[in-house]
Amino acid sequence: MFKTYSFPKFPYVPSPEQKSGEVRRHRLVIIGAGPIGLAAALDAAAHGLPCVVLDDNDTVSVGSRAVCYAKRTLEVFDRLHVGARMVEKGVSWQHGKVFFKDRRSYEFDLLPEDGNKMPAMINLQQYYLEEYMVDALKDHPDVDLRWKHKVTAIAQHSDHAVLTVETPDGAFTMEADWVIACDGANSSIRAMVGAQFTGQFFQDRFLIADVIMKAAYPTERWFWFDPPFHPNQSVLLHRQPDDVWRIDFQLGWDADADEEKKPEKIIPRVRAMLGDDRPFELEWASVYQFACRRIDNFRYGRVLFAGDAAHQVSPFGARGANTGVQDTDNLIWKLKLVLDGDAPPALIASYHEERAFAADDNLLNSSRATDFITPKSAASRMFRDAVLQLAEDQDASFARALVNSGRLSTPTPYLASSLNTPDADMFAGAMKPGTNCADAPVTVDGRADWFLNQIGGRFTLLSFGPAPVESVSFGRVTAKVLQVGRDIVDATNLLAARYDAAPGTIYLIRPDQYVAARWRAFNETKIVQALARALSA
Amino acid sequence: MDLKLTLNIADPDDFYRELIDSQRHMDSAQAAMMNCKLVLILANHVGDRAVIREALKRAGGAA
Ligand SMILES: Cc1cc2nc3c(=O)[nH]c(=O)nc-3n(C[C@H](O)[C@H](O)[C@H](O)COP(=O)(O)OP(=O)(O)OC[C@H]3O[C@@H](n4cnc5c(N)ncnc54)[C@H](O)[C@@H]3O)c2cc1C
Repeated sequence: MFKTYSFPKFPYVPSPEQKSGEVRRHRLVIIGAGPIGLAAALDAAAHGLPCVVLDDNDTVSVGSRAVCYAKRTLEVFDRLHVGARMVEKGVSWQHGKVFFKDRRSYEFDLLPEDGNKMPAMINLQQYYLEEYMVDALKDHPDVDLRWKHKVTAIAQHSDHAVLTVETPDGAFTMEADWVIACDGANSSIRAMVGAQFTGQFFQDRFLIADVIMKAAYPTERWFWFDPPFHPNQSVLLHRQPDDVWRIDFQLGWDADADEEKKPEKIIPRVRAMLGDDRPFELEWASVYQFACRRIDNFRYGRVLFAGDAAHQVSPFGARGANTGVQDTDNLIWKLKLVLDGDAPPALIASYHEERAFAADDNLLNSSRATDFITPKSAASRMFRDAVLQLAEDQDASFARALVNSGRLSTPTPYLASSLNTPDADMFAGAMKPGTNCADAPVTVDGRADWFLNQIGGRFTLLSFGPAPVESVSFGRVTAKVLQVGRDIVDATNLLAARYDAAPGTIYLIRPDQYVAARWRAFNETKIVQALARALSA
Repeated sequence: MDLKLTLNIADPDDFYRELIDSQRHMDSAQAAMMNCKLVLILANHVGDRAVIREALKRAGGAA
């Protein structure tokens, strides 16, 4: 049905536990094999935490969904060893242009900084992203990926949950110590546990079309307000692999979704945009109404929510899948430590604390962008147009700062997290406790490598210069020393610059590559305290 | 800095005439658009968010 992609069909395999009728207890069950469930499974596998993934379907995401993945998400995927394939297939970009009517209003550059392994953004169809993750999981001994398994009921107990699962062979029951619900924006698990999912629906509709054509547009994000080819509305253009172009047409609230989806309606819109008669073909089109909503609590008993099941954002800013991947990045190491008895259950509570905070930040950004693109009243529309008109004046940079066609996804630092140890020593720069670690080029065993590839999955003590010990432990959790100058060489000095490091500087880094604490000098007692704090102990 | 509500403009009658005159040639829609731009330009010039918030309130805006 697609011209540029053939959808894999994953086989339904009846499980031994369903056949035998024996009720088995699993440590971790993940519901949903969308990008977030798959990322959770990869992360669990990386931590040696066995899991079962249940998905009610048997293929990858169909249709026009996520396109843009941001640097931090790609860094997480790289830690999970699927990032390289995504970047290789994807279209990397960092520049964007915003147009108002027939004029260019301003341009931006997302990553004016060199010395990062991952690009600022890639564009890649969501089906490729999912396919690559399924490939990486397929033969993993710790991951049991089950297609055509639909969860239809859930019962909570104090130390586990019981799931009713429907397959082509009927229903059966399974138990799980912990469940991660990644069953998307229309999550039925949410309703099963009685969670609230509230927020805002935007009174607007968007036609999202994927078009195959040979075009010479640069690999940039182009956004038009009120262009001559689509008056009074906005249009967004993105390049994807395989000569597929994503075009979003704002339609307004009165548009008839069924009517607008018809090729005879779409083709003239695309034709008007192209402004010439070059050939193109329609790959897929959908009409969406967008919403910004959040679950009231990321945890209900033994069920943890991640991805769209926990928060839904409008796509301006590409924050949906990007922030969802950061949910599981935050969650899995905590779950592993708690399941192993190495951290108290309180550590799980920090998942809601940190990720609800991040979700609110994403929701705020997405709502603001959508309010700018879809003004709610004639008066706000006039302010919006005033901003756009002012932004055209070269000396009115303040107005360009107000133009909001979507603030693209960046990770939200957990600056107030209870897991952080606040700075007692003087530091400058961005690497405050609660911030995701910056990358930098380093040399390992004489070979060029990247800093982020040296950390993650466990606690690390990054030591600029010699440390008096090789590791520091709290209970059974150990933070190993990674010594700059010995284990890694900072030939360009970028690492030291980004971490505002002097000889003796020590960073305690979490398994998800976030800064937990930092000091100007090694002090074992303080490090043990900070490690305990990062474990909610 | 607090929002100034005492007279801060030299020759107020002349200022007022200048303001009105600047929109002499406009219909209401054009004038409304100009007012929007003026608000944005002046707000950016003031810069201080507390002062702007105070002004929004004084003008009858919702808190
Ligand atoms: C037009 C559009 C553009 C977008 N662009 C971007 C972008 O550029 N960047 C970005 O980051 N995000 C973007 N997004 C958002 C992105 O698509 C979502 O955030 C992402 O798909 C969420 O992943 P998920 O795994 O949480 O949920 P989903 O992808 O919805 O996956 C949920 C899975 O759970 C399964 N499931 C559901 N119920 C059950 C059940 N009861 N039992 C078993 N399985 C079940 C479903 O079959 C599905 O496979 C866009 C979305 C849209 C609509």
